[in-house]
Order: sequence, then structure tokens, then C-alpha cells
Amino acid sequence: MKILIKSGHVVDPVNKIDAEMDILIEDGKIEAVSKNIKTAAAEVIDAKGKIVTPGLIDMHAHLREPGREDEETLLTASKAAVKGGFSSICAMPNTTPPADNQGVVGFISSEGKRIGLSNIYVIGTITKGRQGQELAEFGELKTAGVVALSDDGSSVENSEIMRRALEYAGMYNLPIIAHCEDKTLSKDGVMNEGFISTLLGLRGIPAISESARVARELELCAMTKGKLHIAHVSTKRSVELIRDAKKRGLTVTCETCPHYFTLTDEAVKQSGFDTNTKMNPPLRAQEDREAVKQALRDGTIDCIATDHAPHTEDEKDTDFDTAPFGIIGLETALSLVIMELLDKKILNWAGLVEKMSINPSRILGLNKGTLSKASDADIAIIDPNKEWQVTKDTLESKSKNTPFLGRTLKGMAVAVITEGRVVYKV
Amino acid sequence: MPEKLEWTRKDLLGLEDLSKEEIELILHTAESFKEVSERSVKKVPALRGKTVVNLFFESSTRTRTSFELAAKRLSADIVNIAMQASSVSKGETFKDTAKNIEAMKIDIIIMRHAASGAPYMLARSVKSSVINAGDGSHEHPTQGLLDIFTMKQKKGKIKGLKVSIVGDITHSRVARSNIWGLNKLGAEVTVCGPKTLIPVDIEKLGVNVKYDLRDALKDADVVNILRIQHERQQRGLFPSLREYVNRFGINKDVLRCAKKDIIIMHPGPINRGVEITPEVADGPQSVILEQVTNGIAVRMAVLYLIAQRRGQ
Repeated sequence: MKILIKSGHVVDPVNKIDAEMDILIEDGKIEAVSKNIKTAAAEVIDAKGKIVTPGLIDMHAHLREPGREDEETLLTASKAAVKGGFSSICAMPNTTPPADNQGVVGFISSEGKRIGLSNIYVIGTITKGRQGQELAEFGELKTAGVVALSDDGSSVENSEIMRRALEYAGMYNLPIIAHCEDKTLSKDGVMNEGFISTLLGLRGIPAISESARVARELELCAMTKGKLHIAHVSTKRSVELIRDAKKRGLTVTCETCPHYFTLTDEAVKQSGFDTNTKMNPPLRAQEDREAVKQALRDGTIDCIATDHAPHTEDEKDTDFDTAPFGIIGLETALSLVIMELLDKKILNWAGLVEKMSINPSRILGLNKGTLSKASDADIAIIDPNKEWQVTKDTLESKSKNTPFLGRTLKGMAVAVITEGRVVYKV
Repeated sequence: MPEKLEWTRKDLLGLEDLSKEEIELILHTAESFKEVSERSVKKVPALRGKTVVNLFFESSTRTRTSFELAAKRLSADIVNIAMQASSVSKGETFKDTAKNIEAMKIDIIIMRHAASGAPYMLARSVKSSVINAGDGSHEHPTQGLLDIFTMKQKKGKIKGLKVSIVGDITHSRVARSNIWGLNKLGAEVTVCGPKTLIPVDIEKLGVNVKYDLRDALKDADVVNILRIQHERQQRGLFPSLREYVNRFGINKDVLRCAKKDIIIMHPGPINRGVEITPEVADGPQSVILEQVTNGIAVRMAVLYLIAQRRGQ
């Protein structure tokens, strides 16, 4: 089975390629990347005027199955993923039941393979049932195929448990993805604590509820030398702490999400209390947004992930205090990265590939992120200028909870190839 | 001059959205309605045939009664709906509430809700007019208006007036509405309370912040006292009611350092012996009961203007 991608502008930073090239794929692997490839009997994809990159990887998404199939299923999530340009996504384990055992991990894994669109990798829990009390069986989870561990949705409140998790996971070479939040500080907060929350009379989540926990995790990382990855970084102080930790040589990496470099807490006010501006961590102040953008530019933040969190319309159609936290993100991420980072010269295309492919692959040990010969043929073909309107009908996700509803976004994938199969084509 | 201005908003959700002229229009209109409540037949036909609903998700006898009397004195048909908002239930979807209201062809909804922003969400989904009777800690526009009306009646003008608001500012929709209205009309506002009950960045609204009660009272023309809730102490925001009363309670002694003609206000219900002593509440400087009387006039004005609005 041969595929020839012709005349695309190929961006493959690992192999230092940033030029118009052809790509030949054979039997699920990259066969060649060079100019004017001649070959017979191949499906030809014309990529003229498009950007061609190694497949994009979202290392943080909530796929809701098993348990909340009303919000999203592995099938609808997969369709949303490929529409968003992702050939690989990672399923966070806060499902019902949670992915703290080989049964659930195996189910998600095999469902993903059966659906055959994006690769679906599973993240296991840190603690049994995500209760924060006892370590989950990392060995069993590793054998079942998890690529990382996280209690995401919650922080591991008990410092001793988090210390032991970092130590124990080190044996299996599994990264611990830390959702950083001190619940005693964030309490009943529903948005960032600041001038806007004061104006709106909404309970605030102070920035330190994230940064104080980040500080703790960094101390534990230094002590245990475990592989720590900080999830959804949203504040200036978190960025500063991580930058300093990296300077000191700590084995820490981190990610942010498109909404943290696109929006601020002003969006809650401007939208008139739209619950699609409610997520955790919340949209922060302008200085936090600037710090996140700067951190993407200088490499302090390694990855861009979506934290895709589907909720049904009914769940979100209630007052701001009661509505659940979370917005979807698989389908809007690429557009927002192009509009907010590339067009504004914060990153170039090589930088996008680093944040959305090379680094996630490296952190999770996926052996992807490149177009080297014999590597998996995971590829995104992107039209950076194609505009699309975000509406309930254009979204593939089963849930429509995005603050970008009604907006016209620019830049989208026009084709996605996973392990040599064309899984999405406009 | 306010005669020329017409009311054009579908809803009254907050004082933040209003212009100085719109506020003055309401106050001016309220003056005429105050007289109606003095008559032996307390009725004018202005809202005859209009359907008004008190949609209260948070219980309140006083505000609800005040709106009910205001509507009835305007000859409107008014119904009270007490919505159950239990912590157990998921919360009503606004779509359902809105659809039911549209089906009953209701003209004006007066809504009180424990969550900030709730009336905004409803107002977006219904053609009916929505009056915010208090949403969470966000705004209570008619309270702000009646407070300002009372100040204007007693002191003649708002511009340059020194107003101190004392108490739990963080959780107070009354404080926020007061601040918006008073700022727009040129008053000088000071907020005073424990540091843990003054919200972040409030000085960006152009108010003075003081933690010392005597300091906040000494030049004030008006002190507006907020109710302190026991529940806040449970959340660790201050150590005890006793300490709160010692430091921020308004009593005769502390008023000695204030101007003799300072007026004492409180949105009610008062906690006698907590934020205010009985002798101050019942004393000669207190205008708390006048606030109640003025409340009906202001609410009549708001209902009247909204019903009159062009296109209605």
C-alpha cells in the first residue's frame, strides 16, 4: 500500500527539513522524503501550498468512555481528533470506572485500534480509583500499555503518596503527569481570582493554588529524580518556577492549552457569564497569558495539549457556579495555534511541530514526531489559510462546549494519515 | 431634563450597565411614585393587564413583598414562584425555565438567584423583560437605586457625597451595585471591613479601602451597613462574630467620631447587636425604614419604565 504526498512544504525539524518535498509511504512506514519522487501504483495526495508535518499528538484529552458516553465516545472523540489534525491522542483515566486496571486500559486501547482513526494511547491513574490514597499497580498498567500516569482532574493531595509515585514510576520509566491544584486554596472557586472575579461577584481560584502545588511537585521531582510532567500550565508563577527548575537540571516537562494563550478571565465577563468560559485551571489574567506565550517561545513550555473535556449542553446550560468545568478542544487547537502563535510570530512551523509532535512523543516514549525513514507514517497535511466556522454542525465532537462557538477560525488539517492509512481527508 | 430621555432597555440586570442619565431617570420617576403610596387608594393603572412574575430561586420575604406591592400598586397581575434550588439537584437548565415562561406569556420577570450571572443567562433566552432582584454576590440594582434615592432625599445631592460601606464587601451584591451607582453620580465611596472580606483589586473601581472603622466614619455623610453572615465565619474568613462586632460593629460610641448629621443605612434584615446596635438602628440618624418605603417607589419606577419602553 503506497501513498505519495506531492509538493507539500515539509517541516521535519528532527531531520532539519523545512522545504518543498515529496513523501513516499509504504506499508505504514515512511519510505522516503525527497524532491520529485517518482513511483508507480501509489495513491497520490496533492499537498501543493500546504504544510506537511509529522503527525500531531495530543497528550491530554478526556475521552469519556467508559462511563460518560452521553458526553463523548471513543468513536466521536476519534473523529474530532482527526478533524483537528491529530494522528495520536492520549486518554486521561478519569473515566467511570477509572483506568487504574488492565481491564479498562485494555478496553480503551483495543477500541481505539478497532476504530482505527487516531492512535489512542492510554494514561493510567496514579492512585487506585483516583482516590489519592494508595498507589495503583504501575507494573500491571505498564504491561497493559499505558504511556503515562495521572490523577488528572485532581491533584494528589498527600505529598508522601506523590513522592512514592514519582519514585515507583521511575522504575517503569513512566512520566507522572501532575494536575497542580491546592484544593484548600481553590475551594469553591469557579474562575480566576482577580479584578474580574471581584466585578462579577464569583468565587475566585487564586493563581497560587496552581503555583504552590507546582512548587511542591518540583521539590519532589528534585528529590526523587522521577519524570515529572506538569499538566495545563496557566499562570506566570508556575512558568517562572518551571523555568528555574529546568535551569537547575530537574527532570521536569510541562504543557499548556490553547485557551491559556488565547483568552483571559475577561472572557467570562465579555461573554456574559457563558459557562463555556469555565474550566479548571481557569482562564487567567493578561499577565499570565503573556507569561505562557513567552514560555512557549523560550522553550520553558514543552507541549501544547488540548485538555479536551466534553460536557453535554444540558450540563452546561445552568448557572456559572453549578456548571461543570471544562471545554472541548480537539478541533480548535490547531487553528488557535496558527492564529495566536504562528501568525503572531511567537512560534514558527518548526516550533509548532516541537510542541505538538516531537516533545509529546519524546516525553511519552512513542517513537514518533519525525519523518525519518522507517518510522511510523503519521502525518498531518495542513492548510494554514483555510477558514472554518465553529458551529454545532461543523463540530465532530458529541459535545459542543467551546467558547469559540460562532467564531470563524483560520487554519485546519486537510488530511491526516495514521500508520500509513488516510484517516481524514477534506 | 430626564423627561427627554426614554428608557430603552429590555432588562435591568445591573447598575454597571446604566448611564448616569438612566439612573437619574429612574430616581426622578421614583419621586412621583412615592406619592402614590401616601394616598388612601394606593393604585395607578399604569401596568393594568401586564403579567409580572417573581421568580425567586433564593428565598426572600422583604424584597419579594416590596416588588409584589410595587406591581400591585401599578395594577399589574403578579404571581410568586418560589423555585427549589437545592444543593442536591443538578440545577435547572435555563432553557427549560425560559421555555415555560415564554409559554405563559409573561411580560416581566423579577428574578433572584444565588448564583452570579443567572439573570443574564435567562434574559438572553426570553423575550420577557428581566429585572435582577439579586444574583449571587454580583448586583442588586433596585437596592442600589433605592439606597441612592434615599441618600438624595436626605442629603440633596450625590455628587461629592462621602459614602462609607461597611461589612462583608466580598460577598455583597448590595455593595457592588452601590459602588456602580454612586461612582456614576460622582460620590466618593469608601469600603471598610476585615481584609479577608474585601475583594481583590476593588480599589481599581475607584473606591477607598479602609480597615479601620473610625477612619472610615470620620468624614462620612452616609454609612451603609452590610449584614454579616455567620456562614462566612465558618469558612475561616474571620475568627468570630465577637471579634467582628468589636472591630466593625456600629454603635453609639463609634459614631461619636462621625459627623452629627451622618445618616445610617442598612439593606436589611438587620442583625440587632451584631453589625448594628438596637439604639443606632432605632435612633435619630437611622433612615433604615425610609429605605423600605423608598424601595417600593423605586421598584414602581423600574417596573413602569420597563413596561413603557418603546416597542413593548
